[in-house]
Amino acid sequence: MRWIWIDRFEELVKGESARAIKNVTLAEDHLHDHFPGFPVMPASLMLEGMAQTGGILLGDLNDFQHIVILAKVPKITCHSWAVPGDTLCYDARLLDHRTEGGTVSVTATVGDRLIAEAEIVFVHLDENDPELGNIDQKNFVFSMKLMGVMEVGRAQTAGETAGEVGTEYEAN
Amino acid sequence: MSSNEEILSKIQEILADALGTDEDEASASATLVGDLGAESIDFLDIVFNLEKTFDIKIKRGELFPENLAADGDGLASDGVVTGEGLARLRERLPFADIDAFAADPQVDNIQDLFTVDMLVKFVAAKTASDE
Repeated sequence: MRWIWIDRFEELVKGESARAIKNVTLAEDHLHDHFPGFPVMPASLMLEGMAQTGGILLGDLNDFQHIVILAKVPKITCHSWAVPGDTLCYDARLLDHRTEGGTVSVTATVGDRLIAEAEIVFVHLDENDPELGNIDQKNFVFSMKLMGVMEVGRAQTAGETAGEVGTEYEAN
Repeated sequence: MSSNEEILSKIQEILADALGTDEDEASASATLVGDLGAESIDFLDIVFNLEKTFDIKIKRGELFPENLAADGDGLASDGVVTGEGLARLRERLPFADIDAFAADPQVDNIQDLFTVDMLVKFVAAKTASDE
């Protein structure tokens, strides 16, 4: 399994906000265990998608020169749940940033329904940092070809079903 | 300028959010790492919140400098901070209680210099100089 918890990037306003979506599907094995007979998207994996959305927002600000690592989640509140067939929309807003890292606030919604909201702290590391080897790669926002989600849907031409996708940002 | 009591009260709120501590737990003499369980990641979170709460700018390493003294850098020997190292600590951590540290200047105790009181004095000086 690839550690990619967003399906498509919808919008990126440099240094301000980002939006990505995640479609919840019964094809994902973990939904059959979480929970048997009552499949709901695990909050931990929603948080991963929220962090990937916010991490790309922060990384883009520095043109992806730093490795962005999910460091801490000071606040998260889950209000509801998402089930197969739902499209989760992750809206991230950059709260603060500096050379060492940054913070974002992210909401997860399905339509008008608020599912979860969180504040996430990221740190920047550079390739030559001695700490790099000690960190679980899953905390790296841009590992495992995650950046490919920036391109999803972009091959389609305007006027097709996904024609509005990706109009708000410049692809790198 | 806020009084030190007001600053302390706001810092206790920040620490309650960042570290999950009770406000009365974060007394002025409490050490961030030893008493309140802060980790290196929390220092960044605390810096963000101090900047936001007090409307100040804190440069990298200004409040929580890294690599303060270690064997091999000329500032410590056999795990003990040298006289020169103490002078450097006074320079880089002007709001920490270096005199108390000097009684047993183990490198391992350096983290105990980061106290709630140090944060209060740092913010008091910062907000005063910004006015």
